[in-house]
Amino acid sequence: MADIVFDNVTKRYPDGYEAVKSISLEIADGEFMILVGPSGCGKSTALNMIAGLEDITSGELRIGGEVVNDKAPRDRDIAMVFQSYALYPHMTVRANMAFPLTIVKTPKEEVTRRVEEAAEILDLKQHLDRKPSQLSGGQRQRVAMGRAIVRNPKAFLMDEPLSNLDAKLRVQMRTSVARLQDQLGTTMVYVTHDQTEAMTLGDRVAIMRAGMLQQVGTPMELYNAPNNLFVAGFIGSPSMNFLPATLEGGSVKLPMVEVQLPQATREAIGRLPEGKPLIAGIRPEDFEDAQVVSGDGGATFKTRIDVLEAMGSEFYAHFSIDAPREGLAANEELRELQEDAGGETPGDTFDIVARLDQTSRARAKDEATIWVNTDKIQLFDPESGRNLAAAA
Amino acid sequence: MQHTRKEVTLWSIALTVLLVYCLIPVIWIVSLSLKRPEDIGDGRFFPKSISFKNYDQVFSEGTFTAALRNSIGIALLATIISIVLAAMAAYAITRLEFSGKALILSGALAIAMFPPISIVGSLFDLWRRIGLFDTWLGLIIPYMTFTLPLAIYTLSAFFREIPWDLDKAAQVDRATPWQAFTKVMVPLAAPGVFTAAILVFIFAWNDFLFAIVLTSTDASRTVPAALAFFTGGSQFTDPTGAIAAAAVVVTVPIIIMVLVFQRRIVAGLTAGAVKG
Repeated sequence: MADIVFDNVTKRYPDGYEAVKSISLEIADGEFMILVGPSGCGKSTALNMIAGLEDITSGELRIGGEVVNDKAPRDRDIAMVFQSYALYPHMTVRANMAFPLTIVKTPKEEVTRRVEEAAEILDLKQHLDRKPSQLSGGQRQRVAMGRAIVRNPKAFLMDEPLSNLDAKLRVQMRTSVARLQDQLGTTMVYVTHDQTEAMTLGDRVAIMRAGMLQQVGTPMELYNAPNNLFVAGFIGSPSMNFLPATLEGGSVKLPMVEVQLPQATREAIGRLPEGKPLIAGIRPEDFEDAQVVSGDGGATFKTRIDVLEAMGSEFYAHFSIDAPREGLAANEELRELQEDAGGETPGDTFDIVARLDQTSRARAKDEATIWVNTDKIQLFDPESGRNLAAAA
Repeated sequence: MQHTRKEVTLWSIALTVLLVYCLIPVIWIVSLSLKRPEDIGDGRFFPKSISFKNYDQVFSEGTFTAALRNSIGIALLATIISIVLAAMAAYAITRLEFSGKALILSGALAIAMFPPISIVGSLFDLWRRIGLFDTWLGLIIPYMTFTLPLAIYTLSAFFREIPWDLDKAAQVDRATPWQAFTKVMVPLAAPGVFTAAILVFIFAWNDFLFAIVLTSTDASRTVPAALAFFTGGSQFTDPTGAIAAAAVVVTVPIIIMVLVFQRRIVAGLTAGAVKG
């Protein structure tokens, strides 16, 4: 068990491409840290650098206080679970799990004991004498985990370990991973591109984009106080809605409604030039059917619901708002989020998703009055993408 | 796919013709080896009566048993050394980035295309000067040289198929590069190892050119070369029967070799390593 510290770590490939740009991150002993980001953001490279499978171009990587930049993977005492599982196909499950022990000539009785223990934890006892090719995807995944936990490494590294499983099994294994980490109390670094996994699993989440750390914090910190547009859009499902806005006096002019900013928000963003274009971010749950909302505060507007999805416990209402895209179109972070979601660049129409209460009477293809929680509106600078309320 | 009766018949005929065409010389040699010395010239395809006299004769002659021992020893050693070197070279070539990689590969290919006859003369001279003439090593070295390129190519094709993640997993599981190579890579490339081994063994076993030029006595003369020096039971006897018997004897190890290794060359050994 040990802490892992990135100190200005950079990875530059011979062709000049920088996969990881001067990252500094401290992962505490016993912590469950998630590295999350879209593909190509450098999260796997960062993980491979901890494992020693990638060289570090500059900066320092410390495991348990010891600089490991030039240490071979086998001298770092870390265990890793690969996305492909990387089981040795010519060995039985038992031999696969025993491999990290037998390779350093651990006494036979101890190998047997530890393999049996790990098999017990992972419910693999009846499969010990089978070959990986005879196992299902979920079982192979567990064998890969077993191979990591048979020894007591300083840290576990997980490279998208659940991405090859089907949706249902993934949710199930997610819980087992969390329980396992809790049980073992070993430092774990977990790479994923799935924000749901990131939110549900980690003690802390580090969001990466284009080789740089965007924000590190607990899932709730990231959700409630994102540093920038990218973090705001990446975390949360359905994701945050972004709209162009302008600041006028103490209020913000959105395309569909002008809202009065609460005192707290005004103080947080400080003084800004009048009429400055901004990007407003509103989470789906900060909309509501006006008929359901009681009490005052907030703002309401009328719109036509295009699609209404019944989720049982709530409705997802989709509606569109016409507004010139201008400032938003140029923003690199928004563009990348769009690409990550697989959508094409939209025109001057904004598709908004709102989560409505299950008692809502709203109907598809019909007018509805929607309420916005003005306390929760986040404002971003269109050029830098920075959250104006975030401490600079 | 469903084949019509006509297709099946046509294929059967074609295959039978091919098989007969290939096997007639072999059967002819076997038949010759089983004839009595006095029936050798009778022109019959099947021997009138079967006799093992020819076999008795070749095995009672010191020349042949010595040659057989040389052949087995030299071919096995050449195979082992060549495969060990080729496996290490192929692994390095598939997994490492180093300058001169392309040069090594094209160099290896160039050696394989070199006609042996063009170097055998100078080798004869060189071997005599440095004392390798008429020794096992004197044959093992050229065999190795000529088979290494093919073995490296075959093995690197197999190593390339092995997912890179397995290397990484072995490294993280605390294996030294050597352990990762011997415990993970080589077992997984086993079909390739056996394929390459068969090819090398057959080359060494069948070679006549190097054997006839670089040997002079029973100390290292292999069977193909020794056959050329066969004489009959007496100087007036035609050695045809004995040569036929010896030819049959040297064919047997190759057939056994192929049959044994064929079973080891199983496809899909890497199934289950990674998802899919």
